[in-house]
Amino acid sequence: MKILVCIKQVPDMESRFKPDSKGVWYSETDLAWRMNEYDEYAVEEAVKLREQLGESCELTVLSIGPDRVVEAIKKALAMGADKAIHVQDLEAAAKDPWQIASIISGHAKEQGYDIIFTGMQSQDRGSAQVGVLTAEQLGYPCTTTLVGFAFADGVITAKRELEGGVKGVVKLKIPAVVTCQLGLNIPRYPTLPNIMKAKKKEITAIPVAELLKEESLTATSSFHPPAKKGGGVVLEGDVGDLVEKVIAILKDKTAVLR
Amino acid sequence: MKTLLIGEYREGKLLEATYELLGFAQALGADASLFIVASEGQLPSFGGNLYLADAAAAGEYNPDLHRELILQAVEQENPDYIVFLHSSYGWDLAPRIAARLKAAQISEITAITDGAFEVGCCNAKMRRTVKPATAKAVLTIQAGAFPVAPPAGSPQIRKLAATAGSNLEFVGYEPAEAKDVDLAKAEVIVTAGRGIGKKENVPVILALAKALGGELGASRPVVDAGWVEHSHQVGTTGQTVSPKLYIACGVSGAIQHLAGMKKSDFIIAINKDKDAPIGEVADVLVVADVMQFAPSLTARLAR
Repeated sequence: MKILVCIKQVPDMESRFKPDSKGVWYSETDLAWRMNEYDEYAVEEAVKLREQLGESCELTVLSIGPDRVVEAIKKALAMGADKAIHVQDLEAAAKDPWQIASIISGHAKEQGYDIIFTGMQSQDRGSAQVGVLTAEQLGYPCTTTLVGFAFADGVITAKRELEGGVKGVVKLKIPAVVTCQLGLNIPRYPTLPNIMKAKKKEITAIPVAELLKEESLTATSSFHPPAKKGGGVVLEGDVGDLVEKVIAILKDKTAVLR
Repeated sequence: MKTLLIGEYREGKLLEATYELLGFAQALGADASLFIVASEGQLPSFGGNLYLADAAAAGEYNPDLHRELILQAVEQENPDYIVFLHSSYGWDLAPRIAARLKAAQISEITAITDGAFEVGCCNAKMRRTVKPATAKAVLTIQAGAFPVAPPAGSPQIRKLAATAGSNLEFVGYEPAEAKDVDLAKAEVIVTAGRGIGKKENVPVILALAKALGGELGASRPVVDAGWVEHSHQVGTTGQTVSPKLYIACGVSGAIQHLAGMKKSDFIIAINKDKDAPIGEVADVLVVADVMQFAPSLTARLAR
């Protein structure tokens, strides 16, 4: 069995985002980077499957981007992936989901993976397209938004999260692509011995030009904060003063203190 | 301009959100036709072409079959835009259509500006303006972003049937977990978000809720981390609430959370991050560390 898990490195979402020089995406200065949260669940589920299947199974982690993404790759290796592919691309952020999927499927076509895990979306771009597009480009069946995963006898049983807390249960045969929702599992923290072990694992670098054959299908013209809807009051300052102001507002605007 | 709208049907019922698609087509000033996999007893009130496939044959969730059926409708209707709701059905199916047509897909549209589309990014803190670079495009629209068009008319039905097989088997639904707390009835809800820092801080938020005679709510990350039971979750996958007072403590305001609470009468948000999207719906945004502010407010209320 060959398993692939695809991860993206994204900025901490509490950062202040400022437009880049072209005004179409965020500037990368002064950002702290981490693994996309959805992908942490994907890595954990892939590692659990790797443990279930034992030595007959090999788990590869793939990430696309500049050298900084190696940090996210190392975390996935420390969580339990066996080896890694770093698709080197300084311009990854300018590519649309169709192109990103084509890079993954371009690599996967050669490798014959049995199961491909991705997060259901990235926290920064949030298109929720790459996993499904990859499946389509490979001709693999796919299901999305997993909050439950089991594998036995070549069949995946997936539990999809639907609206209102309802879940949908789906079975699909491998090879297949699945995309992971928050809450699927509890992603492990890499232990120190595993971080040390991960340093010896192989990271293969592939220049993006070797895999990318597709043009972008969309054009972005602007990156900006949402229009403020107005009406909201922003209170700042000393906590004691803030408490008094909020008490006054509660008395004035709501019935809860009367 | 022509749109093919992809309606939704679940557990034998037409989903009301289908009419948001019609609202979007109106906002775009486009002609609308509708595709739905449903049963004939449950058709939308809509005065245009309705491409109808039978849910008994095609299943309520079967992306392989639904993809084929939608492609048949696209072939007959030749729309400029194929429009889905950005939902567990829509985001699952839309990229499959985009891939087969090699068409651009623009996800989770919040507004239309000068013929281009606004989409959220960076956890809803920012927006991008995007246009397709292909003749046809696949779009998904954010839940609640476009007004519901009032149901009217009766459709001209064009029946479709799938011919291919499927690689997937839909086994069935699992109902939502039983609620031991009915947040919908609460007049005051005080919600704990990730910003409270750790599970040990939940009692501080609960104390504030009790001081106000209210119930404890929770955002998704807090439930996923196991700090609070799922029955307290507010949002698309939890409960939808509209209390007299909603206090969001360290909740950043993911769209799925906002959709579940933005109809509250009065909203106070406490957050360190002045730019957090919760500020978009809050009547009052208190910029502070919630673990300093919340206990002070509770103490003041006890006086």
